[in-house]
Amino acid sequence: MSNKAVKFAIGVAVIVAAIGYFAVAGFNEGKAYYRTLDELAATDAAADDGARLRVAGVVLPGSIERQGTQITFQLAQGDLRLPVRYVGSAPVPDTFKDGADAVVEGMRLTDGSFEADHIQAKCASKYEAKYGDAAAHPDAVERSY
Amino acid sequence: MANLGNISISVALAFTIYAIFALFYGARTGRREMVKSGTHAVYAVFAFVSLAVIALEYLLVKSDFTIEYVSSYSNRDLPLFYKLAALWGGQKGSLLFWTWIVTLYGAIAAYVNRHHAGKLVPYMLGIVSLTSVFFLVVNKFGANPFAQLVIDHGDGRLASFAPPDGRGLNPLLQHPAMVIHPPMLYLGYVGFVVPFAFCMAALLTRELGNAWIKMTRRWTLTAWLFLGTGILLGGKWAYVELGWGGYWAWDPVENASLMPWLTGTAFLHSVIVQERKNMLKIWNVTLILATYMLAIFGTFLTRSGIVSSVHAFAQSSIGYYFAAFLVGMGAFAIYLVFSRLAYLKSDNQLDSYASREASFLFNNLVLLAACFAVLWGTIFPVISEMVQGEQITVGAPFFNKINVPIGLFLLFLTGIGPLLAWRKTSFESMSRIFMWPVLAGAATAVVAVLAGVRSFYPAVSFALSAFVITTIVTEFSRAARARMRSTGENVARALYRVSSINKRRYGGYIVHFAFVCLLVGFTGQAFTTEGWGEATGGDRFSIGGYDFECLSLEDIEDPNYVGMRANLVVWKNGKRVEELSPEKRFYHASEQTTSEVRIHTSLREDVYVVFAGINEDNDKAIIQAWINPLVTWVWIGALLMVAGTVWTIIPNRRERRVHRDKGQVERLLRATEVAR
Repeated sequence: MSNKAVKFAIGVAVIVAAIGYFAVAGFNEGKAYYRTLDELAATDAAADDGARLRVAGVVLPGSIERQGTQITFQLAQGDLRLPVRYVGSAPVPDTFKDGADAVVEGMRLTDGSFEADHIQAKCASKYEAKYGDAAAHPDAVERSY
Repeated sequence: MANLGNISISVALAFTIYAIFALFYGARTGRREMVKSGTHAVYAVFAFVSLAVIALEYLLVKSDFTIEYVSSYSNRDLPLFYKLAALWGGQKGSLLFWTWIVTLYGAIAAYVNRHHAGKLVPYMLGIVSLTSVFFLVVNKFGANPFAQLVIDHGDGRLASFAPPDGRGLNPLLQHPAMVIHPPMLYLGYVGFVVPFAFCMAALLTRELGNAWIKMTRRWTLTAWLFLGTGILLGGKWAYVELGWGGYWAWDPVENASLMPWLTGTAFLHSVIVQERKNMLKIWNVTLILATYMLAIFGTFLTRSGIVSSVHAFAQSSIGYYFAAFLVGMGAFAIYLVFSRLAYLKSDNQLDSYASREASFLFNNLVLLAACFAVLWGTIFPVISEMVQGEQITVGAPFFNKINVPIGLFLLFLTGIGPLLAWRKTSFESMSRIFMWPVLAGAATAVVAVLAGVRSFYPAVSFALSAFVITTIVTEFSRAARARMRSTGENVARALYRVSSINKRRYGGYIVHFAFVCLLVGFTGQAFTTEGWGEATGGDRFSIGGYDFECLSLEDIEDPNYVGMRANLVVWKNGKRVEELSPEKRFYHASEQTTSEVRIHTSLREDVYVVFAGINEDNDKAIIQAWINPLVTWVWIGALLMVAGTVWTIIPNRRERRVHRDKGQVERLLRATEVAR
């Protein structure tokens, strides 16, 4: 390699290394693990090791309680229930209502409840299957907030 | 009508297959009549796909609910405008619309280059037709928009049926920006088919000089323009419609549209290096191939539902069609590049960091890095599930962490790149060129810090913006002054003449200025304040220096929806700013609730209010408000980007004359040939 090529290779390497650093740092900040309700039921909050989680389920009809912009509700999958408190800054999506398929993102607290700062929701459509007959998979959930 | 649509698609498919055969075989064996016939087939394909589109629009307007697509995406009371727009409201319709644009571009490319002799054009049309075949096959077998609703009455026989009303277009999509956003995006995505096809044709014919680059320059700019406009319109739509106070969420589908835009931007820059210095040939070929692949991949992401997103349609088998096409076309392209490596040698090499080539190199490097980061973050959930068996998503922090510094570095390059000389810039000329811009940047940084900007990135962003704007202003004023001296024209005339003689350069500066505006707007996000209040008639609350007075809550009714409206007056420092009336609506057909956001806009900041809900304990409305500084600059940047690009695309007087003369020469040549 000529001197010039080496000179430019160094510049390119520095930039790539910097971007790589940002990528790793950003990844650690932004990553969240997808968990189902039965996976959560099998462990307690200590097992999460402070990681952000994404959990999908159905919004249990009648469980939504609003206090200002704070909302608490139960996320359900079959017989399992997860109490969720939403503390995010954005209003909950318009699609968030009783019986909607929802994905919440946030942390599990030591008391087993969930503190979410993000909610995605999709309402069950009138021709489509009604809620409760399938575990919601995030692939099937529409984001709209 | 459904039959007409189906038949049209089949006929179009047959014509496309014929076109591919005639174009490739004709060009290879030099049978000009065959090439001509193949070109006519390209026109015919466009005509028949247009017929299919008309058929689907007819069914939508007539509310023929025996058609599954019509019953899924429209309803009787939907305004005509949105019935027409329902063509791209769902997966099957939008794929037909997509095909229509491919064939439209094919027909235009055929017409524009009709006088062009040689193999390049027929091969190019052949490759465009290959893409058409793929999409027509999807339209015909994978996602047929003309499929009928069928029901099994229990006797094992399927009968067609029509529900009394359709399910309606998603109310979130019932917005003017949403009506033009998808067509813009598609025009952008699909627009890269033509440069791609030219590149493939150049590889096939081994004519890898600058001819294909020159012939595709306007195509690339056009596609880039549409894609950028589409992305920004999408942002605008998200901002005014979704009601979460922002315009970009790093949603997988947003990302999918950003990726080809990033590689397309890199391509637009690096072709300049090839034209001037005969360098980066392999790089350019790779970039345009990647851009096309990413455009198709974007469609695949959007339409397959492989990652969850606001745009995700139900999962369907068409994912396999796309995967197969991507792998096939990708393998073909890679094979071609490797077998033509000898023709892609570079004539020059890089000399100095302080050269324009070097700034282009780094521009390309970070644009590609940004694209790769976005790609990685978007498909990571899928990859982690395959590799680790555990789905891991990466959110906005990941994308911001990487793309904010990259954006700032690009801003820096925007300032220095165009002013550096080719090969090497001496220290003396650098200090002469950059003295004022650097001073302007430094002064801005000081002012920003004094004004209370305490975080690093925003301060850097404002300083760099001032730096770049100063370089652009200097460039225009230097050129205009030189012209005024030599011609005696006034300032306005001189500016106009200078920028129309060298459109590429000065149009580029306008786009660079637009980029600065965009980044200023993005930077404003660092200073957003938000809050909420509960109110009914007579209540007041304040957020971020603004006071909100609620005059009344009222019920609203429309054939399409019912809802509630909060009539608010916004005050600042005792002065009345504006009356804003956000709404909450419930749409009958789709059984969906939506929030109608209201925004007070100024160059300084937006006041953004949302009717978030009703507190059932005291029946007060929950109003959420954001104070978003500088957002308007994003939309100003978008308009300037369109203006600058359009200015660059439209040929100037000299180019029009050259084009006309060329056409005449070619016609004469052909006439003499026929006479012989």
